[in-house]
Amino acid sequence: MIALQAITIALRQMAKNPLRAALTSLGVLIGVAAVIAMVLLGRGATADIQGQLSGLGQNLLFAAPGQPAHGGAARGAAPPFALADATAIAKNIRGLHAVAAVSGAPVRVQRAGGSWSTMAMGVTRDYLTAMKWRVAAGRALSDDDERAGAAVCLLGETTRAELFGKGSAPEDVIGEQLRVGGAVVTVIGVLGKKGRAATGMDPDDTMLVPLSFVQRRLVGNDDVGSIVVSANDGEDTARIQDDIIAVLRERRHRSALSDDDFFVRDMKEVERMVGNITGTLSALLAAIAGISLVVGGIGIMNIMLVAVSERTREVGLRLALGARARDVLLQFLVEAIVLSTTGGIAGIATGLGGAYLATRHFGTPFVVDATVLFVPVAFSVAIGVVFGFLPARRAARLRPIEALRHET
Amino acid sequence: MSVPLLRFEGVTKVYGHGASAVRALDGVDLNVDEGELVALMGPSGSGKSTALQIMGCLDVPTSGRALFRGLDTGRLDRDALSLLRRESIGFVFQGFHLLARTSALENVELPLVYRGMSSTKRRDRARRALADVGLLGVAHHTPQQLSGGEQQRVAIARALVVEPAVVLADEPTGNLDSARAGEIMRLLVELNRARGITIVMVTHEPDMAACARRIVRFRDGQVTGDDVVAAVVTTIDGAVTSDDDDGVFDIISPVQVPP
Repeated sequence: MIALQAITIALRQMAKNPLRAALTSLGVLIGVAAVIAMVLLGRGATADIQGQLSGLGQNLLFAAPGQPAHGGAARGAAPPFALADATAIAKNIRGLHAVAAVSGAPVRVQRAGGSWSTMAMGVTRDYLTAMKWRVAAGRALSDDDERAGAAVCLLGETTRAELFGKGSAPEDVIGEQLRVGGAVVTVIGVLGKKGRAATGMDPDDTMLVPLSFVQRRLVGNDDVGSIVVSANDGEDTARIQDDIIAVLRERRHRSALSDDDFFVRDMKEVERMVGNITGTLSALLAAIAGISLVVGGIGIMNIMLVAVSERTREVGLRLALGARARDVLLQFLVEAIVLSTTGGIAGIATGLGGAYLATRHFGTPFVVDATVLFVPVAFSVAIGVVFGFLPARRAARLRPIEALRHET
Repeated sequence: MSVPLLRFEGVTKVYGHGASAVRALDGVDLNVDEGELVALMGPSGSGKSTALQIMGCLDVPTSGRALFRGLDTGRLDRDALSLLRRESIGFVFQGFHLLARTSALENVELPLVYRGMSSTKRRDRARRALADVGLLGVAHHTPQQLSGGEQQRVAIARALVVEPAVVLADEPTGNLDSARAGEIMRLLVELNRARGITIVMVTHEPDMAACARRIVRFRDGQVTGDDVVAAVVTTIDGAVTSDDDDGVFDIISPVQVPP
């Protein structure tokens, strides 16, 4: 009852001086908006990167010659892999689900309606299994395709759309003929969509062909660019990583003293690393935003101290009329909370709007849940309580006679 | 004899400490009974306002006892004093002390808010109190839209709305011209006479004090006189007929100051 009355009084006080109320709330508004925007952007980026990584498969390992460099694999001068390396890994290491050899070549794909530049990924049969990549229409590559070096392909969603138009259904393009390099390739299947990544790479901008087709018809050698290994569920990928290194060192005749001239990357490790980095980054940004929230709280405290001093006579009157210290405390506390919560709610709207626009701009997912909304509201109420308490207590401790005589 | 409404037993009030200490009240003994209309008079600094504050439970004695219906207010904590004011005491101040930009009706409702009364009930009682002071017509005016006399009548309505045991008025006519002052005094006398409301007021205007039934004089923190006014003839229009220069009617008998 009295609390309700306190809210009415608080709203009325705000209405009497709307500019002051707005400016006071602005501090909290900016703080809450900044925290929300930072948290949402951080989450979006994390979700995006983890989505890509887990899309690759949880138990995925990736081997390539040379040394890893920032942003990808630097092949360097190290000798390439061969198909036999992949076969040896598959044969000698236990607990593997699928092993595939990969060799890519940039190509220009032509058909009557137009052309498109993409990457032709020469892969062995188990590549789709290892990458957990679904075939949306048609069929996957077979052993026969590999043996024969057959001129067949599966199209990624982007490649299909570029060549046949967005309106075409995956089923419609099966059996179509494409000109790739000097060869005519038949479309035997279309891959399921993976979606564009935040890194700007589009996994769907691809076409899969038999590894032997790339080697014989496009590049003219037996090189394998990388080997993709997926472990069975529950297998220790660190152990498998060590095993792969051992097998490859032996096959590449590395002496005990020499370093690896290749690297094996455990995607789980990468995922953890990326998760740590984005987590730390977004926590850091949220902390910086949190500082502005504290500054907003100090603004509220400041203006509430002014309000108490301006309204000392009113406090004296209320005390004389029978308000208890706790009634006065409640009144000013509620006023501070109303100010901070108004700012908080406006800040949520602003933060959500800002985060939405930013995620649209960066192409990352816009992930919102109840926590993102409730925590800032709870936070802004808490700011009102914390920063409103001192002024409210000052008002509540006023002595009625002195307060009544106070000159403003 | 029944318990007096207000009773001072050797009330002393000291402000400050040490050399700068001021003895505002010095061993005051005083009784106020139900239904009285008492004027506290004296020069400024004589202690009359301090006495009113202690009667109103806005302050407590440094020593001695101030009893409200037999209850020793010096033994009560802040909240208990608030509750006592809330339930039993109406205040009228010299400076009106109305909330600005708040309607007369809401100003009158204010003391009821702290009783946790429902808004419809509050409104009802506030309207009746405003009607009692003849201001129902301006219930929705804010203080800025009212004259000084009207503002003080709103303040009186605010004091009445709680149905107090006593109304304490601190120079209620101090900020008003003599015509308005007369109006306010007439209202207070009327409330005392017709409704039996106990009123204690501080004033330094003999004309106003003359309307009271009893005048208590203060000087240097002590009661120097406690007289019952002969006949309360209220022709109040700012000029009370009187043949002596203190503006007070003849005195029947000096009242015994309680031990």
